[in-house]
Amino acid sequence: MAVIEIKQVAKTFGSFTALHSVDLTIADQEFMVLLGASGCGKTTLLRIIAGLETPTTGEVWIGGRRVDHLPPRERGIAMVFQNYAVFPHLTVFENIAFGLRMKKMDQAEVTRRVNRTAELMHIEQLLKRYSGELSGGQRQRVAVARALAMEPDVILMDEPLSNLDALLRLEMRAELKGVLAESKTTTIYVTHDQVEAMSLADRISVMNGGRIVQAANPVEVYRNPAARFVGSFIGNPPMNFLKAEPAGAGKWQVAGQVFDGPAAAAAEFAIRPEDLHPAEAGLPAEVRVVEPLGPHTLITASVAGQPFRAVLESNLLPAPGDMLRLAPVPDRIRWFDPATQSAL
Amino acid sequence: MPRLLPYLLLLPATAFLCLFFLYPFVQVAHDSVMRNGVYTLENFSRMAGHWKFSTAFWNTMILAAVVVPIQLAMALTMASIVTKLQRGRSTILYIFAIPLGISDLAAGLIWLSVFEQSGFLNSLLVGLGIVDRPILLLGYQNTWIIFIAIVLAEVWRATAIMMVILVAGMGLIPKEYGEAADVFGASRWQKFRRVTLPMLKPSLQTALILRVILAFEVFAVVVALGGTQLPVLMSETYHWQFAMQERGVAAAFAMVILGVSVAFTILILRLLHVPKGARV
Ligand SMILES: Nc1ncnc2c1ncn2[C@@H]1O[C@H](COP(=O)(O)OP(=O)(O)OP(=O)(O)O)[C@@H](O)[C@H]1O
Ligand SMILES: [Mg+2]
Repeated sequence: MAVIEIKQVAKTFGSFTALHSVDLTIADQEFMVLLGASGCGKTTLLRIIAGLETPTTGEVWIGGRRVDHLPPRERGIAMVFQNYAVFPHLTVFENIAFGLRMKKMDQAEVTRRVNRTAELMHIEQLLKRYSGELSGGQRQRVAVARALAMEPDVILMDEPLSNLDALLRLEMRAELKGVLAESKTTTIYVTHDQVEAMSLADRISVMNGGRIVQAANPVEVYRNPAARFVGSFIGNPPMNFLKAEPAGAGKWQVAGQVFDGPAAAAAEFAIRPEDLHPAEAGLPAEVRVVEPLGPHTLITASVAGQPFRAVLESNLLPAPGDMLRLAPVPDRIRWFDPATQSAL
Repeated sequence: MPRLLPYLLLLPATAFLCLFFLYPFVQVAHDSVMRNGVYTLENFSRMAGHWKFSTAFWNTMILAAVVVPIQLAMALTMASIVTKLQRGRSTILYIFAIPLGISDLAAGLIWLSVFEQSGFLNSLLVGLGIVDRPILLLGYQNTWIIFIAIVLAEVWRATAIMMVILVAGMGLIPKEYGEAADVFGASRWQKFRRVTLPMLKPSLQTALILRVILAFEVFAVVVALGGTQLPVLMSETYHWQFAMQERGVAAAFAMVILGVSVAFTILILRLLHVPKGARV
């Protein structure tokens, strides 16, 4: 049982606040992905959970035990470091075995676990090499294997697959998910890759500027962003936003069209690019760039002078300069408060 | 031309070395096998045949074997502590490094003032009523006290040089490896033993070689504290050269010191070898 509770954790470096009062609970055996732009505090949060950094304020609980005063080795965790930290003076085998040796595990079990995890990460042919003789991606897989070999209650992974080619990453991703589910490990996984986040996560925590903006399951995060930032960060291409003018009685005028919306003083209209289709009546869009991508066509257009993207069927190939009418799927329209940036 | 340039730039230094190091070295080597104008090994046999030779040889060896490990342990401990300091690190380094600025003869004299009959230690012992009157500590009856005094003076004088090298070496080990060791369950001792020490090998090599060679050349401290009571290789070299006017035998002693130094340097390089690919 390893529930991780982060209670009002804040971290300042000098005068810079890297984390503002973060609250997050990760359930036992949950796969939690931390997603956010570079510098938003993902690594800092992970290092606080690991015990490599002390929070300025707040508490960290793991498995019902308060751990923020404990050294890392007493927290029952394993970690994949963003910069790998694979020991240069040890062979790949001894690197993977490092944590097991510290526990004075017997040799047969060490060999078994090292071989199993090495095989999983496809590095079994590299066991005798030193880290200086490995490529970046190989070193990264050694770092993952070293953490997996511990079979810990909690595993913290800081962009563990960032250095692999697309194909290998796809494969490793699937294997990681399988192994971690099977071993009932509670996982916190940092990534920049949205597809990776979506495919792995039970829940995604989207971070921005040292805050957790939304923590929810991937579909929820995608469909119902809790804040404008989430919509603009997740999705490729991200959500479109348009100014809306109040038209009375919960109606809003957007680029000359009228939509039902929330009862609020001000609102911003938002729609995902794939939730649009050409129609008789809709948002007037002047096509700027047309990118045929195979399965579909990506249109970059201008709606009432604001940039706007749409993902259309691939048999539709408008020319730049064309005027299109794009109708949004009604139940996919989202509204945000321009002042607080949160969803309405 | 570009490939020759580095060698060209090294030329002045090489010329300097040849003139002031290689030439005297060849001269000494030559002197050690030359006697009355003929090449011979008689210098060596005279040296080895003298009753003091084996005493001097073993005194030097035992002194090095006692002093260097003590210094290594102390330097490692001090370097670990200094490396962990958040503030005041350079101040402490400077304080530790003060004895480095004192010549070995001066260091010997300082410790002599502690141990001699009218010295500090005797005043203390008398003052505390432990002895009735000052005792002769550094006499020929207790060479072991002379030995201890020399060890103390050497440790006091030359530990800082090892420490400074090791502090620099520890500073070169990226922090992330210590963190990885922490996360993967290493205790303090395990972290030191399994991570810091192996990654410190290059600095350990430098520090040990420097110290071991200097230990084989120990001279002024020994003479200051023991006079002729505790002969070492270097003091014998001096004795043969100036008191006995036997240049050849002195040269033979010098060759022995050189041989021992080279042998130990090779040994240290071997023992602390870092395999290719395993470097930081
Ligand atoms: N030791 C430190 N001293 C000062 N500032 C720091 C320190 N560590 C991190 N920061 C700052 O805290 C912020 C968050 O850093 P962090 O490493 O957590 O980002 P991240 O989300 O992991 O980014 P990336 O995706 O690029 O790895 C950054 O602005 C960084 O500059
Ligand atoms: Mg990071």
